[in-house]
Amino acid sequence: MDKLICKCGHENPPGTILCESCGRPLNEQEQNKKLADMRYEGTARRSQTYNKSIIDKIWNFFSSVKVGVGIIIVLLIAAAVGTILPQKQYVPATTDAEIKAYYTDIYGSVGTVYHALGFHDLYNSFWFIILVGMLAISLIIASLDRFVPLYKSLKNQRVLRHSSFMHKQRIVAEGPGSADTLKKAEEKLTGLKYKVSTDKNGLLAEKGRFSRWGPYVNHIGLIIFLFGVMLRMMPGFYVDETLWIREGETRAIPDAPGYVLESKGFTLETYTGEGEEEKFGEAIDRVGTVAKNYQTDVVLYKIPEGTLPGDTADMEVVEEHAIRVNQPFKFDGYALYQMDFQQDELKTMSFALQNKETGESRGDLTIDLVNPETNYELEDGSVVELLGYYPDFSGFENGEPQTATPLPKNPGFLVKMTTPDTPDGETSFITIQNTVEPLGDNDYKLAFQGVETRDASGLTVRKDRTLPILGLGGLIFMIGVAQGMYFNHRRFWIQQQADGSILLAGHTNKNWFGLKKDLDQVTEHASLPAYRDQQEDMEAQEKREGEQLT
Amino acid sequence: MSTEKKSNKKKNRTIMRSVILLLLVAAIGYTIYNSVTADEVEVLKVGDAAPDFTLTDLDGETHKLSDYEGQGVFLNFWGTWCEPCIKEMPAMAKQYEVYGDQGVQVLAVNIAQSNFEVETFARQYGLNFPIVIDRDKSVMTAYNIRPLPTTMLVNPQGEIQRIVTGEMTEQDIAGFMEEIKPE
Repeated sequence: MDKLICKCGHENPPGTILCESCGRPLNEQEQNKKLADMRYEGTARRSQTYNKSIIDKIWNFFSSVKVGVGIIIVLLIAAAVGTILPQKQYVPATTDAEIKAYYTDIYGSVGTVYHALGFHDLYNSFWFIILVGMLAISLIIASLDRFVPLYKSLKNQRVLRHSSFMHKQRIVAEGPGSADTLKKAEEKLTGLKYKVSTDKNGLLAEKGRFSRWGPYVNHIGLIIFLFGVMLRMMPGFYVDETLWIREGETRAIPDAPGYVLESKGFTLETYTGEGEEEKFGEAIDRVGTVAKNYQTDVVLYKIPEGTLPGDTADMEVVEEHAIRVNQPFKFDGYALYQMDFQQDELKTMSFALQNKETGESRGDLTIDLVNPETNYELEDGSVVELLGYYPDFSGFENGEPQTATPLPKNPGFLVKMTTPDTPDGETSFITIQNTVEPLGDNDYKLAFQGVETRDASGLTVRKDRTLPILGLGGLIFMIGVAQGMYFNHRRFWIQQQADGSILLAGHTNKNWFGLKKDLDQVTEHASLPAYRDQQEDMEAQEKREGEQLT
Repeated sequence: MSTEKKSNKKKNRTIMRSVILLLLVAAIGYTIYNSVTADEVEVLKVGDAAPDFTLTDLDGETHKLSDYEGQGVFLNFWGTWCEPCIKEMPAMAKQYEVYGDQGVQVLAVNIAQSNFEVETFARQYGLNFPIVIDRDKSVMTAYNIRPLPTTMLVNPQGEIQRIVTGEMTEQDIAGFMEEIKPE
């Protein structure tokens, strides 16, 4: 494509609408318009004009606002579809195969397709990420493509514009003037905080040009925000894990290498409804109990750098802390939240060794269900020996007692009881419900006395290093919005022609009311000819024509 | 403007645009790579160096994985509540008798159970290999073990040769030990 040479002699890049120098319309379409298209100052959007190599074509594609809006719409639809079935983290399945099966089992073929297309884990599905990435590319390229020519054009503004440019502005005034009109207008405009530049017989007054950069600042904020979101997927930036820990347990904190947590205890407090808490009385009567506090007391340990997993000898206490709901324990960028609890898991069981006939007791023993001992010595030489322990007894297989889980939910004990009366020992298998005497009838039994329980705490381990980046992106975004919305770029061009008459044109990117208010003051001060609003004139005319037709 | 200048400008433009596009595409590509591998970041892959650890066995002896470099290590994660774990234990013991002398070390890592349970179990099944207990689950976390049993086959160079989840037959076990046997 060739350069466009304006009548004034200026060479414009191909695609220019209004001459960069004098403002004359350069194509027929523009010449026939009543008002000039001032959005990008009539400059050529760079990609519109070059469309040669493949790179230029890609660039051109992303430069289009229509493409950008299209991508946003597709993203919205995808996100909406992603809410129809639950996302994978809310599905009661852990492994990939289980998750896949779950969608098919529960939702049928719809679920199968949903899973196959990646809707079950939308934010991590590759095509969704590609779309977001394309949106980022579109933001960057569309901005660059418009910002650069606009910046150049506004930087190199000429004071004197061709009368055809002036007449195509929305605000125009034409009429007689006096010798000091320009000087007085300049005086008043300067007073109104306009930047005024003069050239020969004309002046250009300008105010608030920076508001034109608002959309681009806004886009920079968005891009920083997207960058922050992208960082979340990098290892080390974002952690969201669950840790179940029981009272007395010490556990490595998932995804927090080098940190180990011990639970000292879980507390659930409820309001009593008495004394100071009387005001809760009504609520307590209505719903039974009202929780006051969920709390896990923990000790945080750090394993020195370079220590291997499993080596707990050099563990150092970092801090003791109480984790409460909404009061997380924060350390080294991590936060531990109180999220869930499970009360009254069995911890110990107590028995009395009793003679079945006489009911005479040979003493009590307590078995720690978390860490049982082998021998329990009682009075007068009686011994209970633990032969087998099955924390979650689930039945026999080939005569062997089985345990379903490692948790003491339904403990079963195989014991050998030796007393002075029964020196050879008697074997018994004890569970909560019943006792089996596999080797014949016994004289002695273990009579259940009581249990101690413990609670488990469900904690969430969180780390988010991207928050400051997301915050910065959001802040810049808002600055851009404010810049573009609450400030306007106002300009006046005034020329005194050879015969002394005045030609004035005014333009603003928004808030024409404000521009007119400024102009009213200048008109009064410098006795300028009355202006007219060409757009209002046109609208009024259309209305009249419409009325005539009806 | 001369044609030379014009073509220079055009060339610069193409280079500029290519660089910007390339950077953006690379950023997206990297993000996708990360998201696809996110779940497996900590999951070990075949060929990775096996993370070193140190755990204590039932006799109070410390076992450090790196001390076994030069030997194949048959690293089995298990618990007494896991049926297939129990089933494969005697087969492991049998094959250990064969391959133990050929430089294959079996290490059974129990997941945070009590000494009593593990000891009783070892005695009952007459297990001849060291059993260590991962009390705070830190080794389990380091190896990101999910289902039990999982067996990590570590070759004499200290790399993961194979990851086996689920029950193994005695034949499987023999084959795996053969794989990690030092030359």
